[in-house]
Amino acid sequence: MSLTIPSIHYLAILPVLILFGGAVVLLGLTALVRGALRTSVATGITLLAATGAFVAGFFQWADLDRHGPSTTIAHAIVLDGFSVVASAVVAVSLALATLVAHDWFRREGVRGAEYHVLAMATAAGAVLMTQANDLIVIFLGLETLSIGLYVLVAFDRHRGASAEASLKYFLLGGFASALFIYGAALVYGATGSTNLSTVSYFLGSNVILRPGLLYAGGALLLVGFAFKVAAVPFHQWSPDVYEGAPTPVTGYMAAIVKVGAFAALIRVLISALGTQMTTWRPILWALVVLTTIIGASLAVVQRNAKRMLAYSSINHAGFILLGVWAASARGSAASLFYLATYAPVVVATFAVVTLVGGPGDERHTVDSYRGLARRQPWLGAALGILLLSQLGAPLTTGFYAKFAVLAAAVDGGGGPLALLALLGAAIAAFFYLRWTIVLYAESPEGATSIPVPRATALAIGAGVAVTLVFGVWPGPLATLAQHATVLFTS
Amino acid sequence: MHSSLWLTVLVWLPLLGAAAALLARRRPGAPYAVAVATASVELALSLVVAVLYNDHLAGAHTFDFVGRWVLAAPFGLAYDVGIDGISLLLVVLTALVVLLALLGARERRSEAAFVGWLLMLTTFTMGSFVARDLLEFFIFFELTLVPSYFLVAHWGGAQRSRAALKFFVYTFAGSAFLFTGLLYLGFLHQHQAGGSLTFADAALASTSMSHATAVWLFVAFAIAFGVKSPIWPLHTWSPLAYAEAPTAGSMELSALLAKLGSYGLLRFAVGLLPLALTTVRPYMLTLAVIGIIYGSALAASTPDLKRLVAYSSLAQMGFVTLGIMTGSTIATTGAVLLMFNHGVITAGLFLLIGYIERRRGTATIADLRGMQGPAPVLAGLFTVVMLASIGLPGLSGFISEFLVLVGAFATHAWWAVVATIGVVLAAVYLLWAYQRVFHGQARDVDQIPDVTHRERWVIAPIVAIVVVLGVFPKPVLDRVTPTAHQFVESVTPAGVNK
Repeated sequence: MSLTIPSIHYLAILPVLILFGGAVVLLGLTALVRGALRTSVATGITLLAATGAFVAGFFQWADLDRHGPSTTIAHAIVLDGFSVVASAVVAVSLALATLVAHDWFRREGVRGAEYHVLAMATAAGAVLMTQANDLIVIFLGLETLSIGLYVLVAFDRHRGASAEASLKYFLLGGFASALFIYGAALVYGATGSTNLSTVSYFLGSNVILRPGLLYAGGALLLVGFAFKVAAVPFHQWSPDVYEGAPTPVTGYMAAIVKVGAFAALIRVLISALGTQMTTWRPILWALVVLTTIIGASLAVVQRNAKRMLAYSSINHAGFILLGVWAASARGSAASLFYLATYAPVVVATFAVVTLVGGPGDERHTVDSYRGLARRQPWLGAALGILLLSQLGAPLTTGFYAKFAVLAAAVDGGGGPLALLALLGAAIAAFFYLRWTIVLYAESPEGATSIPVPRATALAIGAGVAVTLVFGVWPGPLATLAQHATVLFTS
Repeated sequence: MHSSLWLTVLVWLPLLGAAAALLARRRPGAPYAVAVATASVELALSLVVAVLYNDHLAGAHTFDFVGRWVLAAPFGLAYDVGIDGISLLLVVLTALVVLLALLGARERRSEAAFVGWLLMLTTFTMGSFVARDLLEFFIFFELTLVPSYFLVAHWGGAQRSRAALKFFVYTFAGSAFLFTGLLYLGFLHQHQAGGSLTFADAALASTSMSHATAVWLFVAFAIAFGVKSPIWPLHTWSPLAYAEAPTAGSMELSALLAKLGSYGLLRFAVGLLPLALTTVRPYMLTLAVIGIIYGSALAASTPDLKRLVAYSSLAQMGFVTLGIMTGSTIATTGAVLLMFNHGVITAGLFLLIGYIERRRGTATIADLRGMQGPAPVLAGLFTVVMLASIGLPGLSGFISEFLVLVGAFATHAWWAVVATIGVVLAAVYLLWAYQRVFHGQARDVDQIPDVTHRERWVIAPIVAIVVVLGVFPKPVLDRVTPTAHQFVESVTPAGVNK
């Protein structure tokens, strides 16, 4: 039996190779070095890999300009504008989160490079998901991403909550993965392929008389994705996991899981199942309404900053889904734009939460933020701006992100849906603002100022800068997202 | 045609002032000085613009100082400014109120932040009034929320957090309707006209749509503007916010931000969706009249002076809505003038209530009593501003209410009849409140000083405007009428009696 190796376009998978390569090199290094590896070396290698993956994006973009989008490795991997931008977002999230984690290691006295290895591997998984053109490759990326994250969530061995969160995430995540792969099998049964373009071609050229198998498969895929992005009613795990995970990890996973899962979801729904739009759009409609409104409403009653941000992240997932619901090039571009603006903001927000959490990662009640902006005006203002950006205030990227998805939804005939989502945003405004009030309230007696290490400050500064600069001047980012279209659309 | 640079400076100068004030925060007194200087220059500039304004420009309707730049084409985002007779008065009002708020209602606690937010608010308010693009207007309109929220939440009274949150969330939820509506309108226009997405007023006004679409969009717009204005029954945030805000905040909220609502209703809801008018007019007029009567009744029964002005604002803004929705040239002119007059008068009333609070530490009517004896000048000033608010002939409030009612009588007599009762009720609640605050015997007469020289000078411009516009409104009317006429022409279908 001979095995045919399909041709490989190495530039297309360069970011994945760089990130995996970084992980392998670092893993090798830890084995070779006597004693524990210094954190700064691990951080340096991770930053280098993230930068490499980011820069590779430029070469990919130039290649796209010359030759247009392409597929490789038996059409399982796709290189298009969408994947390039989404991979770049993953790389940026990785870099920022690594900076935050670096100081967290110092503070908690943790040594070793396991975190960095896993972070790079998960990032590679996320990048793979953004490029996947085959249900099996999506699954591969999803598992690489998820398994790494299960470990990262459990990383804080001193806190029971961390292990508990990891177990919860593992069980529910494993369940979701199983649903996903079962859905992939059913879709294969219905269409004869797991390749997204082949599925799309099959559905476009055949009339399915008994669509039960296909619908069941599609539904299971959707449920799997809904678990990963924490869309209501599949969101129950997320507040507990967000709360239990070490805070830098929470910020990291909030960013990259969303990027990876949404990119893959868009490809599955728009590329492969685009012909079945009339079937899945009503389901997404309900998901959007539930996710935006319930996510925001439950956030209002939280007292813990991390849980609040978990529900806020659910609310954002609803908005990103809104762009997917639009089922148009504009909609996918809008969702991508939303992800690109949301990722740095959420990592930076959790960076502030990490600092306030203090040694042991314990102080996470909203009351711990009382008077923060009075004691430390810069840190307080930074968090205020990040919260306003998540709220969607104009002059921050959050506004344009919401604008983009809402515009796509209205354009796609979803006026009432856009309105409901916006009312969800109005509810969300309530808890973002209540938090800012606390920030600027009178400082309690005996409150001490929080040390702000340099690397974390850099990450926070980067998040704030991105949201303000592109908030005032959104042109370049918007143009980029507009050109970053999905290759196969039906 | 004048350069749009004037307006650009008017819009962004306060923001620069805010930045300068924050930079100078280490030196005591410096932020305040910077802010007062900025606001003075702003007022001077706005007066120059008002004098230079020329409504006889060919091809620009009655707009002057026009300029448009596209910022981000995919979003349809543009910076597009210009003023006409409708926005002109509000531009002057914006500059005037912020200066008076700074001079008359200084807050010494975290002063740099206070003046910073106030100046920032001026930039956003000014931007809303000069915007000729619906999306640009919306952005500025939304942005006003942030500084006003912080002003209420930090320098307000005991329930400030609740008041600020309620204010923000109400307005934000209302804006959701506006945002959805404007996106819908923008895409409708794009699908018809082709080309890139645009939200320019002139372009959107040419969109053709079905009657039902126009009505739905109007309802969406009216909800957003009705919250801000406020229009009954969307007003419930306002008494709390007005009462809990610091004096400067109450002045800004009632004199300026409320005007954003009625201005938006006139410019965008009526201006862009004239097709809906025949259907929505009776409902809107009814809401306006209910607001007038309901606001007056509550103003008479509230125990707090600031709440009294809040409810009276609800009634007064009811008159504005009445004028806007009546849709004749006279009523529209009256509504625009009333926006300005009400702004000046409520700013004056809140300023005076601020003076009273400073002396007595409370604005609860029952606790005040007998201020006339120890503070006769304060009582006199209060009388003048109050009488203007009642609509006494010879003072500014009269002429605008008169125009609105005359216009309304001609076409919608029954609504006007009921609204007129509101004029009587205004006299009842204000005079009654005056009696309870200023007449009688005060408990601690010696501790009540009369107004200081500084306080007199701050309130003087308001008294001057109230008196001058009451007897000689011609220069102002000359600037408003052509635009009002042209505006009404453009939204009234041919063959309808104006």
